[in-house]
Amino acid sequence: MTRDSRPWLVRAFLLVLLVAAAVAFPKVFTNPAVTNYGVLALIFVTVASAWNIFSGNSGYISLGHAVFFGSGAYAMGIAARDWNVQGTTVFALLPLAAVVGAVIAVVFGLIALRVRRHTFIVITIAVFFIFQLAAFNLRSLTGGSAGLNSPFLNWPSSGYNTPFYYIALAFAGATIAIAVAVRRSRFGLQLRAIRDDEDRARGLGVRAMRVKLTAFVLSGAITAMIGSIWFYYINQVEPQTGFDPLFDLLVVLMAFLGGYGSITGPVLGALIIEPGTLWLNTQPQFSGGYLSEILLGAVFLVIVLFVPRGIVPTGGEWITRLRTRGRPAVVPVAAGAATAGSAGGAAAASAASPAGATADAPPASRASKGGAR
Amino acid sequence: MARELIHAIVDGILTGGVYALMAVGLTLIFGVLDIINIAQGVLVILGAYLSYSLSTRAHIDLFTGLLITIPVMFIIGVVIHWAFIRRLRGTERTSMTLLVTYAVALIIEGILYKAYGADDVQLQASYTTSSVHIFGFYLPWIFIYGFIVAVCLVVALYLLLYRTRLGRSVRATMQDENAARLVGIEVNRVAALTFGIGVAVTAVGGMFFGATNAFNPNSGYDLISRLLAIIILGGLGSIGGALAASVFMLTLESVVTIWQPTWAIAVFYAALVLVLLIRPTGFLGRKAVRAQ
Repeated sequence: MTRDSRPWLVRAFLLVLLVAAAVAFPKVFTNPAVTNYGVLALIFVTVASAWNIFSGNSGYISLGHAVFFGSGAYAMGIAARDWNVQGTTVFALLPLAAVVGAVIAVVFGLIALRVRRHTFIVITIAVFFIFQLAAFNLRSLTGGSAGLNSPFLNWPSSGYNTPFYYIALAFAGATIAIAVAVRRSRFGLQLRAIRDDEDRARGLGVRAMRVKLTAFVLSGAITAMIGSIWFYYINQVEPQTGFDPLFDLLVVLMAFLGGYGSITGPVLGALIIEPGTLWLNTQPQFSGGYLSEILLGAVFLVIVLFVPRGIVPTGGEWITRLRTRGRPAVVPVAAGAATAGSAGGAAAASAASPAGATADAPPASRASKGGAR
Repeated sequence: MARELIHAIVDGILTGGVYALMAVGLTLIFGVLDIINIAQGVLVILGAYLSYSLSTRAHIDLFTGLLITIPVMFIIGVVIHWAFIRRLRGTERTSMTLLVTYAVALIIEGILYKAYGADDVQLQASYTTSSVHIFGFYLPWIFIYGFIVAVCLVVALYLLLYRTRLGRSVRATMQDENAARLVGIEVNRVAALTFGIGVAVTAVGGMFFGATNAFNPNSGYDLISRLLAIIILGGLGSIGGALAASVFMLTLESVVTIWQPTWAIAVFYAALVLVLLIRPTGFLGRKAVRAQ
C-alpha cells in the first residue's frame, strides 16, 4: 500500500512546488523583459493545452486554431471599440470572446468534422485562410491590414506585466484542470475511443459527431478567450499576427515535442518553445527571421524523426528502463496497464452509450479486442 | 462585359492548365505515398527562384532553363523522400508526414530568404511582356506557352502512368501497397520516383508562376492552400479530378475577379466547403475508405 501511495505524495508535493514557483515567478524576476516571457509562455501553455483537449484526445489534428485565437482577439477589439469599453471593464468582455469562439467552432466543426485525417487537416487550413482574408478585407469591421488597437489600460508601466501574468496563469491552470477532467471523464474516454477507431466507436454507440463537436467547441472557446487576453496584453492585432500560419504550426509543434495526447506534454512543449523562439528573435544574428525559421524547421524534423512520441512518454520509458535495469522485467506492468486502460476506455465508452448497442453482448470482451489493436 | 467575361474564362483555363500540372504532382504523391506534401507550395517558389537565377545570372531562356530545373527539382524530391519521408512509419504516420513536409517547407523558405531576400521579384523575358491580340483582347504569350508546355507534360505523365511498366507499378502501388509488394514491385523505389516526379513538375509550375506573378519566399503558402483546395475538390489521389478541379477553380476565380478582386481567392475555399458538404470525397474521389 505504501509503495502505491508514495509516488502519489511525491507527485502532490511536486505539484505544490510547481504552483508555488509559478506564483512566485514575477515576485522574483521583476524585470519586465523576463515577465514578458512568462506571460507569453503561459498564454501558449493555455493554447497548447486547449488544442490538446480536442486534437490530442480525438486524433483530429487541427491546423486552424489560429481561427479561434484571432477571432477572440478581434471580438474583444471590435466590441471595446464600438461600445466604448475602457480600462479593466474590458475583461468583462471575456465571456463574449468565449461565445464568439464557441459559435465559430460549431459552424466550423459541423463542416470540418464530417471528414477525417488529411482532409480534415486541409479543411482547417482552408478555413484559417478564409478568416485571415476576411480580417484583411472587412475594413470597416477589422480595420484592414492596419489592424486594431486595444483600449487604453492605465496600469503603471513598471508593473504592467504582473497582472497579466496572473491572469494568464489562472487561464493556464484552469485549462490544465479542464484537460485533466476531460481525460478522466466518460467524455474523454469516448473521445479516445474515436481516436483509436471511429467506426468501431460508433458501432459501440458513441455519438461520434456530438462528442467531437463538444470537444472542438470547448477547445475553441478557451482559445478565443486566451486570444483576447493576448490582444489586450500586446495592445494590437493585425490580420497576419492574429491569424498567423506559424501560430498553428507552433502549437502543434509544442504538443508533439512534449507528448501529443498527454496532459503534461503540451505544457512542457509550450514552456520550452515559446521562450525559446522569443529569445531567438532578440538575438542580433537571428534578427533577419530566416535563421530562426530554419532552426524551427530543423527542431521540428529532429523531434518527428527521433522522438516522435514526445519528450514526456519517451522520457518516462527511459526512467522505467533505468529503474528496472538488472531486475526481472517489470516493464510489462506498465504496458499491461496501458492496454487495460485503453480497453477499459472502450468498455466505458460502450457502457456510456445511451443507445445501448451492446446491451446483450458482454462489452468488455469486445472492447478488449479494440484495446489490444 | 461579354468580352471581359470571355477574357476571364480564357485566362482561367490557361492558368488552370499550369495549376493542373502542379496539382497532379501533389495528388500523385498522395496516391502512392498516402501523404500530403505541404512543401509543394514552397518548392514551386524554389523552382521559380531557380529559373530566376538561371535567367539573370547565366542569361538562359526560361523555357530552355526548364531542361536544367526539372532534373534539379526531381533530385531534390528524391532527396527529401530519402532523408525524411522514408523514415516515417507507424500509426501516426499521416499527421507526422504533414508535419515533416511543413518543417521542410519552413527550412526551404528560410534558405530562400537568406539567398534572395524578402523583396518581390518577377521573371522577365520578351514573351512575358509582349502579347497576342485575339478576340479583341490582349493575352501575354507566356500564358499560351505555359499552357502548351503544361498540357504536353500532363500528357507525358499520363503516358508514363498508363503506358509504361513503371506507370503500372505506380498505379498498382496506389491501389494496394501490400499486394504490389507481394507481386514483386519494389514499392520503396516506386515511392521515391513518384515523389521525385511529383516535385519535378513544380519546376514548370514555378517558372510560369514566377513569370506571371511577383513572388517572394513567402508566396508558397498562398500556392499550397490553393493546390490543397484543388486536389481535395478533385478527390484525393484522382488525377482526372485534379485536372478538372484546377481548370474549374481557376476559371471561377478569374471570373469572380471581374466583380470582386479582393474576395476572389475566398471563392476557392468557399467552393471547397460547399462541395465537401455535398460530397465529402470530392468530384472524382475514390470510394470513402475506412479511415483507420
